[in-house]
Amino acid sequence: MPTNDYVAHAVGYVDNEGPKIVTSRFSDPDSYTLDRYEATGGYNATRAVLQMNPADVHSQVRDAVLLGRGGAGFPAGVKWGFMPPIWPRYLVVNGDESEPGTYKDRLLMERDPHQLIEGCLITCYALGLNTCFLYVRGEMALAQERLARALNDAYAAGYVGRNMFGTDVGIDVVLTWGAGAYIVGEETALIESLEGNRGMPRLKPPFFPAAKGLYMKPTIVNNVETLANVPWIVLNGADAYKRYGSERSPGTRMLAISGHVNRPGVYEVEQGKVTFRELFYGDNYCQGIRDGNELKMFIPGGGSAPWFFPEQLDLPLEAADVGAAGSMLGSGAIVVMDETTDAVRACLRVVRFFARESCGKCTPCREGTNWEEKILQRIDDGYGRLEDIDLLLDIGSQISPGNYPTASFEAEGLEANPFPPKQTTICPLGPSSVAPITSAIRRFRHEFEEKIAASALTNGHHGDADHDEHPEEVSA
Amino acid sequence: MSRLSAANVLLAKEIIARYPRPKSALLPLLHLAQEQDGYVAEDAMEHIAELIGVTAAEVLGTCSFYEMFKREPVGRYMINICTNISCQLMGGEELLHHAEERLGVRPGGTTEDGMFTLEDVECIAACTEAPCLQVNYRYEYHVDNERFDELVDELARGSRHDIPRHGTLGRVRQHLDPERAAGIRAPESTGEPQWYTSRKPKEEAR
Amino acid sequence: MTSTEASTGVPFTLNGEDFEADNGELLIDAAERHGVHIPRFCHHPRMKPVGMCRMCLVEVDTGRGPALQPSCMLPVTPEMKVETESEATKQAQDGVLEFLLANHPLDCPVCDKGGECPLQDNAYAYGPGESRFVEEKRHFEKPIPISDLVHLDRERCILCDRCTRFASEVAGDPLIHFIDRGSQTQVNTFPDHPFSSYFSGNTVQICPVGALTAAPYRFKARPWDLEAVESTSMIDTAGARVVLQSSQDKLVRILGVDSDAVNWSWLSDKDRFIYEANTSENRIVEPRIWSNDTHRSVRWTEATKVAARALRIDPERVAAIGGARLSLESQYAWTKLLKGVIGTDNADAQLGDGIPGALVLGVERATIAHACQPGSVIVLVGPDPKEELPTLYLRLRHAVVEDGVKLVEITPRATSLSELASVRLRATPGTVGQVVNAIVTESFDQPIGGVDGSRLRAAHRLLTSDSPVTMVFGRSNLAESARYIADAVGGIKRLREDAAFLPALRRGNVHGALEMGLTPGFLPGAVRNRRSVFGNWASTPDFEGKDTDGILRAAVAGDIDTLVLLGADPMADFPDRQLAEEALDNVGTIIAVDTFLTESSRRSDIVLPAAMFGEHDGTFLNLERRLSPIRAKVTAPGLCRPDWMIAAELSLAVGPDLGFASLDELRAEMSQVIGSLEDLDWDALASADDGPIIVPRRNWDLEFGDPAALPAVSSYGFRLVVDRKLWDEGTMIQESASLAKLAPRAELRLSPADVQLMELSNQTHVTVDQGEVSFDLPFVADPAVAPRTAWLPARLPGFDVRRLLAAGRSITNVRLRIPDHGESDHDGGSEVRHG
Repeated sequence: MPTNDYVAHAVGYVDNEGPKIVTSRFSDPDSYTLDRYEATGGYNATRAVLQMNPADVHSQVRDAVLLGRGGAGFPAGVKWGFMPPIWPRYLVVNGDESEPGTYKDRLLMERDPHQLIEGCLITCYALGLNTCFLYVRGEMALAQERLARALNDAYAAGYVGRNMFGTDVGIDVVLTWGAGAYIVGEETALIESLEGNRGMPRLKPPFFPAAKGLYMKPTIVNNVETLANVPWIVLNGADAYKRYGSERSPGTRMLAISGHVNRPGVYEVEQGKVTFRELFYGDNYCQGIRDGNELKMFIPGGGSAPWFFPEQLDLPLEAADVGAAGSMLGSGAIVVMDETTDAVRACLRVVRFFARESCGKCTPCREGTNWEEKILQRIDDGYGRLEDIDLLLDIGSQISPGNYPTASFEAEGLEANPFPPKQTTICPLGPSSVAPITSAIRRFRHEFEEKIAASALTNGHHGDADHDEHPEEVSA
Repeated sequence: MSRLSAANVLLAKEIIARYPRPKSALLPLLHLAQEQDGYVAEDAMEHIAELIGVTAAEVLGTCSFYEMFKREPVGRYMINICTNISCQLMGGEELLHHAEERLGVRPGGTTEDGMFTLEDVECIAACTEAPCLQVNYRYEYHVDNERFDELVDELARGSRHDIPRHGTLGRVRQHLDPERAAGIRAPESTGEPQWYTSRKPKEEAR
Repeated sequence: MTSTEASTGVPFTLNGEDFEADNGELLIDAAERHGVHIPRFCHHPRMKPVGMCRMCLVEVDTGRGPALQPSCMLPVTPEMKVETESEATKQAQDGVLEFLLANHPLDCPVCDKGGECPLQDNAYAYGPGESRFVEEKRHFEKPIPISDLVHLDRERCILCDRCTRFASEVAGDPLIHFIDRGSQTQVNTFPDHPFSSYFSGNTVQICPVGALTAAPYRFKARPWDLEAVESTSMIDTAGARVVLQSSQDKLVRILGVDSDAVNWSWLSDKDRFIYEANTSENRIVEPRIWSNDTHRSVRWTEATKVAARALRIDPERVAAIGGARLSLESQYAWTKLLKGVIGTDNADAQLGDGIPGALVLGVERATIAHACQPGSVIVLVGPDPKEELPTLYLRLRHAVVEDGVKLVEITPRATSLSELASVRLRATPGTVGQVVNAIVTESFDQPIGGVDGSRLRAAHRLLTSDSPVTMVFGRSNLAESARYIADAVGGIKRLREDAAFLPALRRGNVHGALEMGLTPGFLPGAVRNRRSVFGNWASTPDFEGKDTDGILRAAVAGDIDTLVLLGADPMADFPDRQLAEEALDNVGTIIAVDTFLTESSRRSDIVLPAAMFGEHDGTFLNLERRLSPIRAKVTAPGLCRPDWMIAAELSLAVGPDLGFASLDELRAEMSQVIGSLEDLDWDALASADDGPIIVPRRNWDLEFGDPAALPAVSSYGFRLVVDRKLWDEGTMIQESASLAKLAPRAELRLSPADVQLMELSNQTHVTVDQGEVSFDLPFVADPAVAPRTAWLPARLPGFDVRRLLAAGRSITNVRLRIPDHGESDHDGGSEVRHG
């Protein structure tokens, strides 16, 4: 029974009312053990699957419309179908969760490692491959430990490896882990990292992993949460799965809601059925903004997502609707900011993240994000110039040309630009740095202007180029 | 300092064997070196280069890309304070400033006694428990200034037995028993697994 | 659309015009071919595209609306619509350029690249003209040496990945790498592991900014001061195409030319930096005559007169060694002087370290492109190509790594290609002929020459597959008779009648020399001397001459009165030093035609100063029998003359004259006399992209005997392998200031198994006992060496390995033991002479 409260041994998780597909064991203190897993029906899905023909397993997942939970939301069953008939082929599990605001894969790995392993086994079986690499974010020591133990136990029990469950099927799951690089969450960068290289993304095309992935062989890269859904789907069927969530987005997804709400937490929520308003203010969810403050803005899908504002509160958590409204649901990370938030500093902080995490491979991202950060830092330090505001937008347009996705701003008569952005870069990291800039400047330009004007007073300059006494510029 | 010890070379060989190509073991081997010495020494990089058959420059190229690998000695405890957006909103930057004063070092610096290295880091995936930090990649949640001071005292006293010294991540390793393993597929191998072929419906099988 | 386009092309639209691209052609290349230049930094036509710099973004519509795409990564697809001039394209390119300049220092006035810098050029053509970047720029320590030859300025670097890709993809020496991340990314080496690649200079040439500079060229000239001419490198027989650049009549730089047939724009550092020797103060710049125990300078007329007197004797008592330094024209002139005027057949361009002339001239020649075609098989019986023919090595490496070419390697020790080989046969010295014979006769039952049956079988399987087979052969071991190599060639020929061959001789234009008859028994055009009328020649030799070994032996026996050294230094290069020394001591008159005073020319009675590479016009013949131009760029110093002119002067003095007074007349005669040059358009050669292959009109057939038996097993249990390194004590290298210090010290290499077996692990030195002499030498354990083999490169500082060699031995056996005296002065190999 849901306790509708925090779960002490799964810090951050809120066991509220609602169907639980992937977090069903989170409330058990020993949920990560093989004993508990088996006692709650664990590995029955794999046993059943081994009697089926692989194509039927694949069809079930395809019919369930299991959307990828890593951010892009592409249907897993369709992605699986992109592999050419070439062997060997590999499954790589993306557990490199590091999008700001996101954590759900960490909990899935820490709290229910066997569920993930089972998802891997079933996927490998469906696709006829026998080597899976489970790539965990480097900083997640507990997740690595729990998965290592779970794999050792599962191998010992004969559930993984040679002659699984006494059949002729053999599948290996190899645990591997990163070492601190956000960009490795991008699938081609993850593959580079798994090959022992710098985690720099490959260009797509031609390097779509399903065709040319790990060692240039067909490779499926799936997110942890995506695969955690697989055992439930094959055990209960696609139709049962589709009874949850919306028609376009069946099932549930895990959302991490952080920031200025009264009950932040990781919630398993039916897709497409709840609005942001219910989520922020509802009793079953976050129970309102702290101190009764006004909502100023929120990030609906991780640091890479353009910001939303009170006008967007009634949108349902449905990918297509959010996309059309100018942002994305991304990795299920919602960051709520109340009226006390400094929009310039919030913008700087998110931009700084992308500048620090740029891999450096392509010019616009390497140079552009760094430049953006320097300008924003200068403004925040009190050395801003009025022309910096448009310069920031210009730099953004050189990374991401054209109309950058933004929410509508009716007060200014501005319409929404739909997601996704265009890019001059190899991967979406650089363009992501433009999200906070366009979001913040479009909505809160006056805050930038006020900060520049105020600092011009205190620093004795007039906030324009001619009279700028910014020390670095003098030395440059 | 320091090539891999004989015991770690054995472990390294076991790790290398579970990847289709030796270079894929590079990150785990760099972690192994860091676990041995607390940081990744130049000699260790050269040794790893020999073990996986690449140049030392290639090892350095990979090693230097990832933030967790420290190429200079660091403190026994690495304190990583998150200042990314969710933590910033809840006081992460203020916590960092407090930590700087308490420890007397700037981010990236190590205390003179070699106990602590302070870093300000990006999102560590505990956003609802902000502000948060990791000590040697073990979480501390809702850390305010008092809690931070307590934590530093606990660590200095050596009473945090749950936190190993810097370099050790998960304390359980996967062990792939060759008797149990199905056999890692090398990219040069070809053909479907036999079990897959035999399970396909007849009309598809050909 | 031009009507000449192949109808199988891929139709696409470029700025509103319809064109056709080749199948799979990248957009950036297709556009260039149709006259539309798309700016780029990271793209290089000889390396895999990476799409990193983003400068080549253009607007492309493949039916789903226009989008910016990197044209260097995008193969043209049917009906693709491309806009390289649209507003979106311009904005993207301008933006990228502004980003690249943001952190780029404004030190163009003091930058070597200024004036020929792609970043500078593109900044004029694209971009906003002025920077809006007012922040502090990125700082790194200004140029740091990353090797003895290359400096790196990381502030100027735009991280295009060209140098690093070259090092790893092309050279296979990933010693430079991206280090760190994001805006802090830099190119660098591992600490104390310098970028000591033989090919490091290429990174300077392909750097699109002034980040990488060559130590020998730094601050030597400005691009607008340079004069340039295309030529051919003469450092080895690959004949890499180069541009010679001079400033104020001095060679200051050599760049690689993208010859599709040969070097694909790549050069070895020896090709690139050897020009420093031209301006060495040790150049011989005037004729000299030995008198009263010293060389004194004389006028040409006097030198010629004295030399002519020495040449006007019984032709059988005249001999000439060398000629590989010469142009094809000079080689013809000298052959005509020696064989047609003086009448001696004692002429040999090889110094006992090559392959019999008849074998080289007689086998069916392959082209490099033929050998490297996708899917073919290459069998290597010869030297390490990376050490002796480095630009050929790059082609072979590319073929194996990228094009699926299978390599069968049959060598006495590992080479730089071994790790890439499909089959490696480590045949101990003296056994390669029998090893190949075992493959041919399918004798897989027992091991031979240390090679077991399964490997022989694997080699047989590859060599008898449907794939074309090319044999790259040369002297893999100077301590082993060339006879064994000939046997191996014969074996492959028997196995595969359709096999083609690349004779991997090392020395400069030696193929030209052999083709022009500077080898016993032959006349120009690879024809056998039939002792009858030849062209317009007055006569031909009426005896079969001797090779270098024979000449030197005859000299020792007192049968040679006059010896011409045509750029040859037998004291240093002939494998048997003692024989060379005794021979030179016994000859009446030595005439050296040379550029430096070598050990041998120092002993000469007459020294005639020759023009060097870069100082004379001529023609080169490479190992494919491909002709290419050698061009003069600077004036020869002092009284130096082209070699053909020296021959002509001497002939005039010996009488009769050679019949040509200019290069044009000389070439006209060559076309008349030599069948394979009959239709050659000499003038067109200078401007041709890839020179023609000549096909000799031979009047003879190559024959092979039975392979020699295996050499007897000796109680001296180790067989010696002696070969060469790229950097050694060769004269030209030592006269090039930047290269002189690159030669490693000599050390013996032994298999780790032998080191263990002999309990040498605690030793630094080992005693090498050859029977007559023994030396203490430093050694290292090296898995590249087969058991019971001792490997020691020649001409390295510290030890002269030829002290262990003697001409005429089929193999060289040595005994190894722990030194029995203490830690005495080891470094020069202290000698103990027995008995």
